[in-house]
Amino acid sequence: MERLNRPIETAVQQIPDEWFQPIEKDLNKAEEVSRPSLSFYKDAWIRLKKNRLAVTGLFFLIVLILAAIFAPILSPYSISEGALRNQNLAPTAAHWFGTDSLGRDVFTRLWYGARVSLFVGIAAALIDFFIGIIYGGIAGYKGGRIDSTMMRIIEVLYGLPHLLVVILLLVVMGPSLFTIIIALTITGWIGMARIVRGQVMQLRNYEYVLASKTLGASTARIIRRNLLPNTMGPIIVQITLTVPSAIFAEAFLSFLGLGIQAPNASWGSMANDGLSAILSGDWWLLFFPALFISLTMFAFNVLGDGLRDAFDPKLRR
Amino acid sequence: MAIYLIRRFLIMIATIFVIATMTFILMHSIPGNPFTTQDRSTSEAVQENLNAHYHLDEPMLTQYGIWLKSLVTFDFGPSIKQPTETVNDLLSRGFPISAELGMWTIMIALLSGITLGVLAALKHNGMIDYIAMTLAVLGISVPNFILATLLIQQLAVNLQLLPAATWSSPMHMIMPIIALATGPTAIIARLTRSSMLEVLTQDYIKTARAKGLSPAKIVIKHALRNALMPVVTILGTLVAAILTGTFVIERIFAIPGMGKYFVESINNRDYPVIMGTTVFYSAFLIFMLFLVDIVYSILDPRIKLHKKGGS
Amino acid sequence: MEKILEIEDLHVHFTTYGGTVQAVRGVSLYLNKGETLAIVGESGSGKSVTSNSIMQLIPSPPGKIVKGSIQFKGRDLVQTSKKEMRAIRGVDISMIFQDPMTALNPTLTVGDQLTEGLKQHTSISADSAKQKAMDMLRLVGIAEPDNRFKQYPHQFSGGMRQRIVIAMALICEPDLLIADEPTTALDVTIQAQIMELFSEIQEKTGVSIILVTHDLGVVARVADRVAVMYGGKIVETGDKDAIFYNPQHPYTIGLLHSVPRLDMQEAVLQPIDGTPPDLFAPPQGCPFTARCAHAMQVCANVYPPATNLSASHQVECWLQDARATRAASLMKR
Repeated sequence: MERLNRPIETAVQQIPDEWFQPIEKDLNKAEEVSRPSLSFYKDAWIRLKKNRLAVTGLFFLIVLILAAIFAPILSPYSISEGALRNQNLAPTAAHWFGTDSLGRDVFTRLWYGARVSLFVGIAAALIDFFIGIIYGGIAGYKGGRIDSTMMRIIEVLYGLPHLLVVILLLVVMGPSLFTIIIALTITGWIGMARIVRGQVMQLRNYEYVLASKTLGASTARIIRRNLLPNTMGPIIVQITLTVPSAIFAEAFLSFLGLGIQAPNASWGSMANDGLSAILSGDWWLLFFPALFISLTMFAFNVLGDGLRDAFDPKLRR
Repeated sequence: MAIYLIRRFLIMIATIFVIATMTFILMHSIPGNPFTTQDRSTSEAVQENLNAHYHLDEPMLTQYGIWLKSLVTFDFGPSIKQPTETVNDLLSRGFPISAELGMWTIMIALLSGITLGVLAALKHNGMIDYIAMTLAVLGISVPNFILATLLIQQLAVNLQLLPAATWSSPMHMIMPIIALATGPTAIIARLTRSSMLEVLTQDYIKTARAKGLSPAKIVIKHALRNALMPVVTILGTLVAAILTGTFVIERIFAIPGMGKYFVESINNRDYPVIMGTTVFYSAFLIFMLFLVDIVYSILDPRIKLHKKGGS
Repeated sequence: MEKILEIEDLHVHFTTYGGTVQAVRGVSLYLNKGETLAIVGESGSGKSVTSNSIMQLIPSPPGKIVKGSIQFKGRDLVQTSKKEMRAIRGVDISMIFQDPMTALNPTLTVGDQLTEGLKQHTSISADSAKQKAMDMLRLVGIAEPDNRFKQYPHQFSGGMRQRIVIAMALICEPDLLIADEPTTALDVTIQAQIMELFSEIQEKTGVSIILVTHDLGVVARVADRVAVMYGGKIVETGDKDAIFYNPQHPYTIGLLHSVPRLDMQEAVLQPIDGTPPDLFAPPQGCPFTARCAHAMQVCANVYPPATNLSASHQVECWLQDARATRAASLMKR
């Protein structure tokens, strides 16, 4: 047999003869994947961590939530009572973010406002989530006639202008924390239901669902154990993005006078109060609530984007 | 195609019917009939007008029928607070101004959003991409009424570059349009970017490259058209967002559009105006959604065979 | 015979956040004028990356040709500028991709997509371009080209679309056609028709073809020569008969045993156990060691040199070494 004449030749000659003994080996070992395989969530988490912007957003939100819980307790000032001689003070050492036209501490009110705004956002997102997952889950899983009827209803409702309906509801029900959340969820669940249904539709024909069916698992069990964990990615993203839009909606409603009523505060109502003050030069009354609304929405948006990328199966390697 | 459009048309009618009925029920469920128990300021004349229009003495079902009929005939009845005006007067006065603001906004949002999105996608992970997308997230995060106030404070009060209020010259239109268009621009830019990135990985783009087409041709002819499909689908929702945005923007800039009357009617609890405007705006938006569907079905040849709504 | 293409020591790396994937690790091969070379291997073996490298269609970033040359008609495609490359694509070298369902733009008519390459590269009039496109449609066996010209891709079946894709690739009369898994996405009966079409076209136009596939049935039907890829390297190459009747590399043998054949007595199919190597950290020795029934200690440590079995038949395997005692047992077949 002819050999190629290459420099490698000498090296080849030096290989010890023992190396040419066949090795006994367990072929099953070859089945082992050389890199550790990661669970869905673990992999998503690792990729989320690489997204610096999203991690910053997450960190900001955690700090924000903790501060919203504890800051009002620690603050020496009250939300509704102010000293009239302290009206419209610019930020000082005593009043970090200044005071409003009734002499109330803006910094303190801002954290009360954070409670309200975050509560509205998170409550609306969670209620959307529960309604959406039940409606979309049933439609997607049952399919056929039930699905097409349910989707027809959604198609009709989808065309409704969201905020107009919310305004109408609040005009009738009167503005309060409770009614705002109700009004926001009455129209808000539709988007979630559509996403859940789409996910379930994709997954319901997968073989492992068939496998659990043949094993006699009930429909509810299949939805709960097999379908839901796999559909969670886009749903978590949707929740993350619902919160800022609810916060925005609340601010918008406050602006129309349909938001949280005095003496309670939300970021939206504080910003609304600050709008008129800005022309007289009391910039802090608008600036701080506006800053917090924007930062919070920014944090939720970048976190939502980061989660979307992290959950994207196409980006998994 | 025809079947698809008829289906969409029927859904549109159903949606308008739902909002009309909802409005009727909600207004009549307000404790104490808002049309009969007015405060002292409600004059005899107004009360007579209301009675004449809504037939408040008739049974509820008849009133409902009359309400539906007034929608079909486009006659929304009198205003409570301004006895000499009808809702129709307000609509015909305010709507053209709001429509002008809205049209400019959506055109500028589309133009700048698509440009930004395409540039960001083509320079994926580059400097332009990073800057454009950070701006876009900021644009989504700052509520338009806050942006509007900041604009007034900076451009009108501090720098005195632009007039602060009203709607009387092109200069007056700049700030409201910027305030209103920033959010939609950001949304369009993000959507264009992500769908462009997706399209650029498609096999038909590889095929086009394998044919030796120039990059410009690949982007414009093969990628952009497909990448803009998702943008078309959210146009309806964007129009809705812009429209509700006009409520606050018109109020801040004292623009005498429909939004200003609507916000006033909410503050005054002028129920006929609230009802009329809500239904009018809803019908308008629903019709826009329908138009978007038609445009989409023209742009995407596949829609003639497949039914939409599956995903 | 005249060589139309010659690849020398090609290395392609992909940089991902998980590390660098060494997708192609020193591939050398050549193609004679008018012949069909099949590049065979399982997914991840580097065969598609190799064929995309010829067209300079490696997505970059993350992909990059880090070493090697690709000689085509007297020039090195690796060194060719983007602009010159565009003039080569579609004109001198054409490429067909795996899935005809996605290879055509859904929003443009078939006629538009057929003629655009022609219009890009020549100053042909719209009418003659259309005429030419219809001729191509006829050539690939599409009836009523007049009507079909105006239709959209979704109005065609999978097999028809692949015919259109082939027509599109051939419309500028290229010297080299690269077909990346052209039949994988098609039904078996359609597969046969498409392969038949390839043979016909080669006869009529004399185009050289590189066929990238994992399907040995397809190879047996149309290929003149075969290159077997594994773990980013060509482990065995030779004439079709040599590969089918005198395979030397255990991987080639395994590949042949995992395909059903009518001319063999034993009806038992033998799958190749195990999974392909991790190209994030390729083994320093032969990549097939972990799955090879004849592996020796040397295999895991040193990559085997090439052995020339005949002028055209080469294999890279330690079993060819005189010191490999078990070599004999492998030969019997």
